[in-house]
Amino acid sequence: MLKYTEDHEWLRPEGDEIVVGITAHASEQLGDVVFIELPEVGREVAAGEEIVVIESVKAASDIVAPVAGTITAVNEALADAPGDVNADAMAAWFFRIKPADGVDLAGFMDEAGYQALIG
Amino acid sequence: MDALKRTPLYDLHVALGAKMVPFAGWEMPVQYPMGVLNEHLHTRKAAGLFDVSHMGQVILGGRDAVAGLEKLVPADVAGLAQGRQRYGLFTNPEGGILDDLMIANKGDHLFLVVNAACAAQDIAHLDAAGLAPEVVTDRALLALQGPAAEAALARLVPGVAGMRFMDVAEFEWTAPDGGSATLWVSRSGYTGEDGFEISLPADHAEAFTRALLDQPEVAPIGLGARDSLRLEAGLPLYGHDMDQGVSPAAAGLGWSIPKVRRAGGEREGGFPGAERILPELGKSARARRGLIPEGRAPIREGVELYRTSGSAEPIGRVTSGGFGPSVGGPVAMASLPADLPEGETVFAELRGKRIPARIAPMPFVTPTYKR
Repeated sequence: MLKYTEDHEWLRPEGDEIVVGITAHASEQLGDVVFIELPEVGREVAAGEEIVVIESVKAASDIVAPVAGTITAVNEALADAPGDVNADAMAAWFFRIKPADGVDLAGFMDEAGYQALIG
Repeated sequence: MDALKRTPLYDLHVALGAKMVPFAGWEMPVQYPMGVLNEHLHTRKAAGLFDVSHMGQVILGGRDAVAGLEKLVPADVAGLAQGRQRYGLFTNPEGGILDDLMIANKGDHLFLVVNAACAAQDIAHLDAAGLAPEVVTDRALLALQGPAAEAALARLVPGVAGMRFMDVAEFEWTAPDGGSATLWVSRSGYTGEDGFEISLPADHAEAFTRALLDQPEVAPIGLGARDSLRLEAGLPLYGHDMDQGVSPAAAGLGWSIPKVRRAGGEREGGFPGAERILPELGKSARARRGLIPEGRAPIREGVELYRTSGSAEPIGRVTSGGFGPSVGGPVAMASLPADLPEGETVFAELRGKRIPARIAPMPFVTPTYKR
C-alpha cells in the first residue's frame, strides 16, 4: 500500500525495499522538470539526507531519503527523460532503498492523510 | 507591504487558469496550464501573447523633451526619426545603469517604456530633470511575439503588416461592441522573435486580448517563458545582467551608445557618468558573455565561475541562467573577463562540483526580427 511523506514523496514497499518517487502534486508545483541527478547505487544514506536534485524550468529542489538505508537501484531513464515526472509522477520512480531497520512505513501518511496535507 | 497592483487583464488571467505571482509590486501570471516549457516552444513556433502592463509607460512632451532626455540617456534621441523606436539606458554619475528603456519618437512627443521595478525611480529621475513626465496609467501593454504574430495581429489590425522592426505607429481598432480604441503599436519585443508591443486603453484591453486569443496561432504566455525566451535571445534583464554597479560596456550594451554621443561625436557625453562610461567603451575588462554548460544541469544566477577545475579564486559569476527549451539544454549569461576567447571553457561551481561551460556567442537562437 502506498504511503506518503511530508516532502511529497510516494513510498511503495516491495519485499525488503521501498520504491520512492514524487507525487503528482509535487510535480505540478515544480513545473516542467528538466534535470534530475540521482544518487549512486550502493550509497548508504541517512533519513532526511538530500540525495536527489530536481531542476525544473523555475528552480532547483532536493528530494530526501525517507528512511536510513542503502540505495539499491535508481531510475536511469529519468536522466534522459526528466519530463517523465510531469507526464506520470506515479510511474516515474527515482530510487529503491533498502531500509537499515527493515520496511516499516507505519509513521508515514496514507492517501487520505496526504490529500488532507495538500488540501 | 503595499497591496499588489493588478493589470486590466487580471480577471482574464485567472479565468485562463494562470498561476499568479508577485512581481515588482504586481500580481502577474507566471504560467498558464500549458506550462513554461510548452509556452516557450509555442512562442517560437506560432505566437505568444504576454501581458506586460506592469511596465511603465511614460510620455515626454514639450519642446525640450529630446535634448532633456539626452542629458539622462546616452542614446541618439535627436536623430531618432518619427515613427521609430530605439533602446537606451539611464546612467548614473558612477557610470552604472539605473534602468534600460525603449524610446519612441511619436512626432509631437516621445513615448518611453521602462521596467516595472524601476518605474517609480525613473519617473522621479525624469521629473527631477525638469522633463515633466506624464505617466500613462489608463493603458494596458501587451506583447505578441513569434513567427505568426504578424498574421494573427494583421487580421485585427491590417496596417501592422507594413511595419518593420522598431517601427512605431498608431492604429484604430473597432471592438466587437462597436467601440473604438487607439492602439500604440511597435514592432519589437523581448523574445528574439518577430512581434509587436501594443499599448491600448485599459477599458478595451480584455476585449482586444480575447480577440487575439481567438486567433488559432495565439496562446497566452506567462513571465516564466518570457524569461527563458529572452535568455535564449541573449537579451539582458535589468537587476540581473546589469544594475547600478555595472557599466554599459561591462553589461555588453556599449552598442546602444552611438558614435554621435561618444568621444569626438557631435553631441559627445553630457549624460551622467559620461567621463567614466565613454573611455571604457571597447576597453572594458569585463563583459556579459554567453555560456553553454556541459550536460543538462541548469547553471543559475549567482553561480561562481572559475578558470580551471581546481583554481581557488572565481573569475566571474552567472547573472542569468536556466534551461533553454529551444536550445534543448542549459544556457546562461555571465559577467566574465572580456579577453577570454569564444570557445574557451570555464568552470561553474554547482553543488560542490565544477561543471565545464563553454563561452559561446549570443543569441543562443537565431532572431527572426523583420528588418
